[in-house]
Amino acid sequence: MSELLTKSRARNVFYGGSIFFVVVFVALTAQSHRHIVDKATAGMPLTEEVRLGKHVWERHSCINCHTLHGEGAYFAPEVGNVMTRWGAQGDPELAYEILDGWMKAQPSGIEGRRQMPHFEITEEEMRALAEFLRWADQTDTQNWPPNDAG
Amino acid sequence: MKYQSQKVAYAYFLAAMGLFGIQVLGGLLLGWIYVSPNTLSEVLPFNIVRMIHTNALIVWLLLGFFGAAYYLVPEESEREIFSVKLAYIQLAILVVGTLGAVGSYLVGIHGGREFLEQPLWVKFGILVAAVIFLFNVSLTFLAGRKTAITNILMTGLWLLCLLWVFAFINPDNLSLDKMYWWFVVHLWVEATWELVMAAILGFLMLKLTGVDREVIEKWLYIIVATALFSGILGTGHHFYWIGAPGYWQWIGSVFSTFEVVPFFAMMSFAFVMVWKGRKNHPNKAALLWSLGSSTVAFFGAGVWGFLHTLHGVNYYTHGTQITAAHGHLAFYGAYVALNLAMFSYAMPLLRNRAPYNQVLNMASFWLMTGGMAFMTFTLTFAGTIQTHMQRIVGDYYMDVQDQLGLFYLMRFGSGIAVVLGALLFIYSMLVVRREVVKPGPVVKDAAVPGE
Repeated sequence: MSELLTKSRARNVFYGGSIFFVVVFVALTAQSHRHIVDKATAGMPLTEEVRLGKHVWERHSCINCHTLHGEGAYFAPEVGNVMTRWGAQGDPELAYEILDGWMKAQPSGIEGRRQMPHFEITEEEMRALAEFLRWADQTDTQNWPPNDAG
Repeated sequence: MKYQSQKVAYAYFLAAMGLFGIQVLGGLLLGWIYVSPNTLSEVLPFNIVRMIHTNALIVWLLLGFFGAAYYLVPEESEREIFSVKLAYIQLAILVVGTLGAVGSYLVGIHGGREFLEQPLWVKFGILVAAVIFLFNVSLTFLAGRKTAITNILMTGLWLLCLLWVFAFINPDNLSLDKMYWWFVVHLWVEATWELVMAAILGFLMLKLTGVDREVIEKWLYIIVATALFSGILGTGHHFYWIGAPGYWQWIGSVFSTFEVVPFFAMMSFAFVMVWKGRKNHPNKAALLWSLGSSTVAFFGAGVWGFLHTLHGVNYYTHGTQITAAHGHLAFYGAYVALNLAMFSYAMPLLRNRAPYNQVLNMASFWLMTGGMAFMTFTLTFAGTIQTHMQRIVGDYYMDVQDQLGLFYLMRFGSGIAVVLGALLFIYSMLVVRREVVKPGPVVKDAAVPGE
């Protein structure tokens, strides 16, 4: 083996092979990009309101307690399917009302219970956040999560 | 220390150890919030502490890598660093940026993409620092002797800096956002950082074991080839459930299975080199950390990674405490322990004195490694129960969490061991000025070939 695989051959295999895999990866990523835009997330339009909702989600660093499509911190419930769990996926008004009611009741202050902080969020932003969560929920995530518990 | 400019590594290592302390103390607080959730809940909520914990980790590991590069590139290239001044400017930018980020988090200013929460000005600061670094190290590298170690190190560092560009790309489409986010996160820790790890490990093996350079360098190319061949398409294991096409389930499963290979190879490499090496190097602590790093990386990144990477398994375990278990042991083994190996090796040389605080250093290895292993086990048990109750039975998240209190309590206990180990390490590096246990006499054995 040591005669067949010299150092320079090993180096060439490393560089050549890596370039090959980068090319394959970039091609598949480009195809996935189109799939996401045209199919997986096409069930609901990506409106200005949804965009605003995403910024609200980001500004308050929700991801560092919750998971969204299973990614994030593991300290608080999954929210990628929260609208389904609340039975509000098909009803924007209901989605807003439940979300607004929930968030205004935080922090609960109950001893021994994980505390969600209080966030200063306007009505417009709260509606946008609800829309963003409905938009996330309609994504084709290959049937993940396994059940409504998230 | 053969070259004066290697001294800049000292400042990098000091800054890294400072952030290391902040990182583990933040982690301890998070562990306590799991046990007693009302702690500081209004002043310093969980999400803020977690940003400090993860960001401090990432920055100190990078500072360690940069410091390691400034230490080993002169020695490998056989010349001084192009500009010592630029190296210090780069460090200043990174330290100011990090402290600025922590300060912003405390007053509630941050982005919302996990691990990339830094305010925009800090992100630009990191970009500028990265450009300075690449410029400085590349000019040193190009002017001098080129070795496999520096070739691989430079490839890894260039690619990781280039991937930072994706930290600025945040599509409005959540699924696209997630896909490109992994270009930074996955392609750092499961591809480019592995190159840096292999290069540093190779350098340490060269110095500590005295094995022939040819042998070490051939191993290195094979290791990094397996790392990138598996790791690039292995990114697919993050694309299973984010809206990407279904074919990633097969590509991700197959290629991330092979991601075990480079970690197994690095562990074998380290042990074989020590076995073959005839050098009785006095720095036993650095050797322990090097072997420990490659071993724990194999278990944390390799075994615990494989545990939940197949899509049929990941469908149920995705986003549970299983992920947290894997994340902790993988980062500790692959990158924390490797950096501490480099610090243990280089600090005595940078301070121009014998490595005479090794016993405490080695004690800190066992304290930290034992603590991290225990933490991983408790989180794995918690994650197993969570997966069953939540994903199979369908119980609600908080009902399940209420059943996991015992594991979180045990995890907090292991966190105390890790923090004590980390503080002991820093103490042994910076404070102790004598060996606490007298070593036995040196026995002269076979002639020691140099490198």
